Amino acid sequence: MAIFYILMVFVIIAAIVAVETKNLLSAVICVGAIGFGGSLMFLFLRAPDIAITQVVVEVLGLIILIRATIARDLTFISGDREFFGVVVSLVIIFVIFLAGVKVFETLPDFGTPIFAEAPDAASQTYISEGLQNTGAANIVTSVILDFRAYDTLGEATVLFTAIIGATVILRRKSRKSIEEPDE
Amino acid sequence: MKGMTIIVKTISGWVKVLIIMFGIYITLTGHLSPGGGFAGGVILASAYVLLMLAFGKEYAEENLPIPLASKLESVGALLFALVAIMGAISSGSFFVNFLQHKEAHGQALDLISAGTIPYSNLFIGIKVGASLFLVILILSSSQYYSPNRPIDGKEFK
Repeated sequence: MAIFYILMVFVIIAAIVAVETKNLLSAVICVGAIGFGGSLMFLFLRAPDIAITQVVVEVLGLIILIRATIARDLTFISGDREFFGVVVSLVIIFVIFLAGVKVFETLPDFGTPIFAEAPDAASQTYISEGLQNTGAANIVTSVILDFRAYDTLGEATVLFTAIIGATVILRRKSRKSIEEPDE
Repeated sequence: MKGMTIIVKTISGWVKVLIIMFGIYITLTGHLSPGGGFAGGVILASAYVLLMLAFGKEYAEENLPIPLASKLESVGALLFALVAIMGAISSGSFFVNFLQHKEAHGQALDLISAGTIPYSNLFIGIKVGASLFLVILILSSSQYYSPNRPIDGKEFK
């Protein structure tokens, strides 16, 4: 569990650097470091689904932010360095392909629930004791509002923040004219 | 935007009641049948979007003004957090279903049952409906922040 706290300190330091640095590209890369550190933390907390989501969101967000930060296209390399780059890319793609094959070998068959192989999984508890513990006949509601209500609170917070952002950006009067009333 | 023809206005005047009733039903029976706060809130917001399309933006804004919508959204979010904090106060842990095992509480499959879950659904429904109506109104009305309209800037404070 020590590596979890090391990751947490790393994420906090990256967040402070991202806020304090003057260079925009450094700030974007620090935000990416926060995201990948967070996904590793989710993995250590045994939540691999959220870790996968976090990685996907971080990759997309990092690409978009870097494209927004660097205004022009990246320069192209040529000659010997181009050949070297192609070889390195192919080797990396092959290694990732081998790792993907190994992962797919461990997956259960298509249509087989994962908890069928683990009798003490949490989902079995939800199904067998959901009605007694929560009283809700709809088992989905008993999961999202009782067993995993933290998730719902997070979703509500995300929606709330998004609405606040849209309202603030699209408002009729700018911040400058609110601070300096000239009427 | 003054709205659509008289046919569309009449039909949406009848249909809005059914849509709002369906949204309230989906929100309130989220613990008994498929549905819940999020889905019910989206249906409630869609009723107001129908009004906005049929009667024009000003009519929908008179029925649910933007300051009231933003207040409803904040109140819904705060009440949902309050349910969680009440669990923390009464049972010592965040999001405990503290109403479930009281004797006076209803049986399973009743409308008032399942402890705090119907209340959470209700608050989420209020919050989601108000916030979706708000964002659709703001995003759709390009006229809303045009320089021709009088500027007061007090609505978002």
